[in-house]
Amino acid sequence: MLAESGILLSVRSGSPFLIGSPERSDVSLLVKVLMNMAMSVSNTGERRSQQNTRPACNTTSFQKKSRSKLVSIPGTRPSVQNGQLIVSTGVTSLDYVIGGGLAVGTLLLVEEDKYDSYSRMLLKYFLAEGVVCGHHVFLGSARDPPDEIMQDLPAPILDDIPSNAVNMGQVTACDSEDQGSMKIAWRYQNLPKVQTALASSSRFGHYYDASKTMARELREAVKCSTFFLPHELPAESHAEPSPISEAYRLLLRSIQELIRQEGFDGTAPQKSRNILRIGLHSLGSPLWADDICCEEKPTQASSLTSFLYGLRALLRSSLCTCMVTVPSHLIQNRAIMDRVTRLCDTAIALESFRGSERETNPLYKDYHGLLHVKQTPHLNCLVCEAPDTKDLAFKLKRKQFSIERLHLPPDLSDTVSRSSKADVAESARLLSSACGGLATSNKHLDF
Amino acid sequence: MMLPDLGSLLGFSTEKIEKGDFILLSDRNADASFLINHFLSLYLRAGCKVCFLGLVQSFSHYSAVALRLGVNLVQAREQGQLVFLEGLKDSVGQLLQQGPDSEAYPMGFLRGSQTDLRSLFRFVQRSVGGAGEWSPSILLVDDLSVLLSLGVSVEAILDFSHYCRTTVCHQLQGNMVMLVRVGEDEDDEEGPELLLKALTHQCSLALSIQGLPTGYCRDIHGQVEVRWKERGPGAAGPGGALAQKKLLQYKVHDKGVSFFARGTSSAVL
Repeated sequence: MLAESGILLSVRSGSPFLIGSPERSDVSLLVKVLMNMAMSVSNTGERRSQQNTRPACNTTSFQKKSRSKLVSIPGTRPSVQNGQLIVSTGVTSLDYVIGGGLAVGTLLLVEEDKYDSYSRMLLKYFLAEGVVCGHHVFLGSARDPPDEIMQDLPAPILDDIPSNAVNMGQVTACDSEDQGSMKIAWRYQNLPKVQTALASSSRFGHYYDASKTMARELREAVKCSTFFLPHELPAESHAEPSPISEAYRLLLRSIQELIRQEGFDGTAPQKSRNILRIGLHSLGSPLWADDICCEEKPTQASSLTSFLYGLRALLRSSLCTCMVTVPSHLIQNRAIMDRVTRLCDTAIALESFRGSERETNPLYKDYHGLLHVKQTPHLNCLVCEAPDTKDLAFKLKRKQFSIERLHLPPDLSDTVSRSSKADVAESARLLSSACGGLATSNKHLDF
Repeated sequence: MMLPDLGSLLGFSTEKIEKGDFILLSDRNADASFLINHFLSLYLRAGCKVCFLGLVQSFSHYSAVALRLGVNLVQAREQGQLVFLEGLKDSVGQLLQQGPDSEAYPMGFLRGSQTDLRSLFRFVQRSVGGAGEWSPSILLVDDLSVLLSLGVSVEAILDFSHYCRTTVCHQLQGNMVMLVRVGEDEDDEEGPELLLKALTHQCSLALSIQGLPTGYCRDIHGQVEVRWKERGPGAAGPGGALAQKKLLQYKVHDKGVSFFARGTSSAVL
């Protein structure tokens, strides 16, 4: 140790001369070298002292930090940003958009598209991910029997996809090198490839093949509870004054009982802890005996919001995560929808092009709809992470649902005619109006 | 340093707490909860007796944020400096009408048998009084508009806030901070807008947070409008003028917020 510090000192004594050198780059290099030396010196010192105490240990002193305290539950991982335990929503690109995944104890609101086709698909992905991870699944519905929805889950693709993708990437890279005929202007050569599909670097969640349904054995291997409103409603109801309607009260009670019975509130022993995934379909629709979709001034305006408050309270104190779909375009009073959004943690809205004039617009020909991130969760920190871009679109490929950054399609025609230019300008105008959803006025600038 | 800009902006410091202030926080298209966290840690540092009605988040959330700002809520609660009502905790039981119906539960209004917030006010009254070594008394509410979602009428909320103001600001000469969150359209005649108008009329300092009118931006999270009310001769904001107004932009960081004049964010300059 002494000898090493002697080296350090001697180097230090020489340093004024080095810094006096006229070439600045050399100085910085030398400073780096010095720092490296200092680092290595202190490292070896540390290692030696460790060796003194534990002579058997001859590996490096750098050890991977392991969280042995936390018993890991399958299908979960701690979030990079705030250390919160997160689970996947079943759609990898959606996980990326909402900040890595869905935090345990939070509520995800999905505003349905007009025909409830894509939001239903998201709900199925959410449930399928629960089945694959072995979570306990709860499904509440008022329209379709839950068993029907469960029979229709997409089949997981359990092959190792990332390695395949990497291989393919390498192959294509080689191909482009072999051809070597296309030259790019030198200043663009080193730019990274623009990647429109959103995905995080490490793999989390599974991929699903929407064209096949999940095997029955797989589905039956996990515990599944259902709530189908027509079966649960008693013949006659007792009219007691309550801010929450009968249907929602029954639903909330059955969730509460399930959490208590199965010990999701932390009473279960450490080893058998699991996640409860709750999927609730089309809350607020008339089938839940709610009139917020029919009236501007509904008789029970606070019924759904009170239910969501109770649900939030249950989720915060247990190992649960929940996805709720709401037909927001049917809700007459905007103030109620605002309150519903506030009571959820993450809120996204799907806007499909089906049946609208955007379906035929050349700008949107690659996509099936737009995805708006309305709210990101606020958990254990002052900032809430917002996505880098709010211009997102989704598409349903033959097998897979994915979310991408919205961009203009390349103009591939040889001669750019004036009319197509006008088209693109028009669609660019549309794009700005579609994406600047938050811009409430353009009267003045912000600076 | 925690939120140094906001303290100097408002002329607040841990040494000097104005007496009898009613501070109203509001947000539209943005999230003002960072201000609640700021005031919570400010008052706890200043050695005030704090009563916190946390209606929308769990205690662990506030405690994790406060820890980043350098205040230990668990310790403050054990020492009796902080009285924390965790609204979410026993709300399910009340909503589902389990257990006895009693006015002793602060969240008893969720049962629907009581139409006013009397039980909640009783809780506030019990908590802010008897300060002992801690003074003055402070009441913080996060957030008031969630009560509307729970079926409480605007009149009942205004009654509640009036009673609280009389008790905390006048009798005990303490401060009261309330957050109201409103929706996007301003010409909504009922609910949160009405609540906001009525409370703006009563408050002595209003901080309203708004998202940028031109839309979302990564480097500027929104703008804050600060309005002081006249408090009689000689009592003015730090600028010296009476009833003054300031408009600033802000950005929330991991451990604080920075405020800057419009157009002077680091992303622009």
